[in-house]
Amino acid sequence: MENNLVLNEKSFQRMEKKQKDLGVVYHRSIWKDVKKEIKSNPMAVFACIFLAVIIIACLLAPLSPYDPNKLDIANKFLAPSLQHPFGTDEYGRDYFTRALYGGRVSLLVGFSAMFVTICIGTTIGIFSGYIGGKLDMLLMRFTDIFLALPSMLLMVVLNSFLKPGMTTLILVLSLFSWASVARITRAETMSLKERDYVIASKNLGASSVLIAVKHILPNILGPVIVAASLGVASAILTESSLSFLGLGISIPHASWGSMLQGAQSYILDKPMMAVYPGLLILLTVLSFNILGDVLRSALEPKIVK
Amino acid sequence: MSNRPVELEVKHLCKYYNAGRKRLLKAVDDVSFDIYKGETLGIVGESGCGKTTCGKTCIGMLEKTGGEVKFQGKDVHTLSKKERFDFSGKVQMIFQDPYASLDPHQKVYDIVAEGIRIHKLAKDKAEEEHMVLELLDMVGLNAEHAMRNVHEFSGGQRQRIGIARALAVDPEFLFCDEPISALDVSIQAQIINLLMKLQKEKHLTMLFIAHDLSMVKHISDRIGVMYLGNMVELSGSSDLYRKPLHPYTQALLSAVPIADPKASRERKKIMLTGDVPSPVNPPAGCRFSGRCKYCMSQCFDLKPELKEVEAGHYVACHLYDEK
Repeated sequence: MENNLVLNEKSFQRMEKKQKDLGVVYHRSIWKDVKKEIKSNPMAVFACIFLAVIIIACLLAPLSPYDPNKLDIANKFLAPSLQHPFGTDEYGRDYFTRALYGGRVSLLVGFSAMFVTICIGTTIGIFSGYIGGKLDMLLMRFTDIFLALPSMLLMVVLNSFLKPGMTTLILVLSLFSWASVARITRAETMSLKERDYVIASKNLGASSVLIAVKHILPNILGPVIVAASLGVASAILTESSLSFLGLGISIPHASWGSMLQGAQSYILDKPMMAVYPGLLILLTVLSFNILGDVLRSALEPKIVK
Repeated sequence: MSNRPVELEVKHLCKYYNAGRKRLLKAVDDVSFDIYKGETLGIVGESGCGKTTCGKTCIGMLEKTGGEVKFQGKDVHTLSKKERFDFSGKVQMIFQDPYASLDPHQKVYDIVAEGIRIHKLAKDKAEEEHMVLELLDMVGLNAEHAMRNVHEFSGGQRQRIGIARALAVDPEFLFCDEPISALDVSIQAQIINLLMKLQKEKHLTMLFIAHDLSMVKHISDRIGVMYLGNMVELSGSSDLYRKPLHPYTQALLSAVPIADPKASRERKKIMLTGDVPSPVNPPAGCRFSGRCKYCMSQCFDLKPELKEVEAGHYVACHLYDEK
């Protein structure tokens, strides 16, 4: 019955030394993954370039020689030319400048709504998933209610009651989109809190807040980033829909959606007035969606090796 | 041995899980043992026999169903928040899977320093750094490893990091949950030797769970054998290997591979028939009754108690009832 295997320190020392020399340095970071994934997908490269151009152009909009809101009836409905790349609209305003300022509004609303959405959603999701039990039940039923509401209808109602403006728009948009983010983060949190390293941290006496901030938040960042990029797209789209219905940004300020609405009356005579903002919305939303998909494939595979 | 102070006292510990439809899964059923200060108690048994559950319940990671666990005289499961925090500084755990037990988004330094920060053991940054580097050195890693990411390390190195993390709070008791079963054989020996060295230096008490019998023998002072949620035999490690009393232990030990093929061929292997019964519906009486070749009629009805048959050698089997 006696086992003959003799183990002592000496017999393994050589191996230990060898292994130290062999230590292969192998870096893996979120950004490297994302870069690799984007480079391997031409659509993603296009989406990134397009978004960069749009964002920079919108930021540089004040450089335009035209005032986006100044009426100049003499020059209304000008055809596209070098002075007016997109022509002018029914009040003679430079359509290109208006599109850029409209883009500022659309992007700002999109990003802010996404940011608020992520903040609310992640907080509720982590709370719900980590604490569990009755609170989880309560919060998730609450989330279900928000998911079940016909959001567009309610947004229309809310927007017509509240004082119209950018802040209202952002808050209303995020109010109806945090629920899905909360679901995702809750699910991730629930799987993470059973991981050994979270248990180890708890064993070390770490408080729940410390665990949530130090261990759970960094590890759910991947899905959250994906949700964020898709969230920007849907926020821009919803903002456009609301503006199109006349419930978004107030006149005379432009957003892509309100420009579409304005173009509606002249759709037969001047179809290009609808095409420009429409195309901008389409391409921006499409690019964000592509980016979201690419981020998903870069960040979500769970095999970390 | 028994005149030493008891560090961890486990009495009639039970841990049942709800298996649905009003059935209970008896993962740990009426297990009692003591761990003396400074010793290593090994627990062996096949997969699913409740070793890990038993250990986790012992250090308060899982709620108990019944019985009592006392660490240094205090009931582990009824600690106040403050006591719980102090307890976390005294009792630490080493995990089975070194790939799952380290946060992939943290640097080695932060992983090791976490305990120091939580328990405020360092006065300032410089002292913290000094402590972390000392810990890394203690487990056989060096300073240049500190700022690396976890995924750059091999399994053995990760397990060393895990050990350094556990030792950071200067614990008195270490629960090792199969710390070597996910590692290569050569690395296993390194980790075992490291643990033994650390135990000697820091006077740790250890509860060591494994299913590799030769490794357990190497590291443990005493060994408990578990079968289907019960402790069937508990004795000094050399005693157990020299003279296993319980039929299950005998079968288990006869399955340990011997490096010498000739000796291996000559050895009598005890073949067990049948499968391990389900812990949801365990046999009445002795848990091993269905598979034991010495089985007597009373084994089916009466559950044997863990009794001291020889000095320090406990066994739960009717074969050793006083005749």
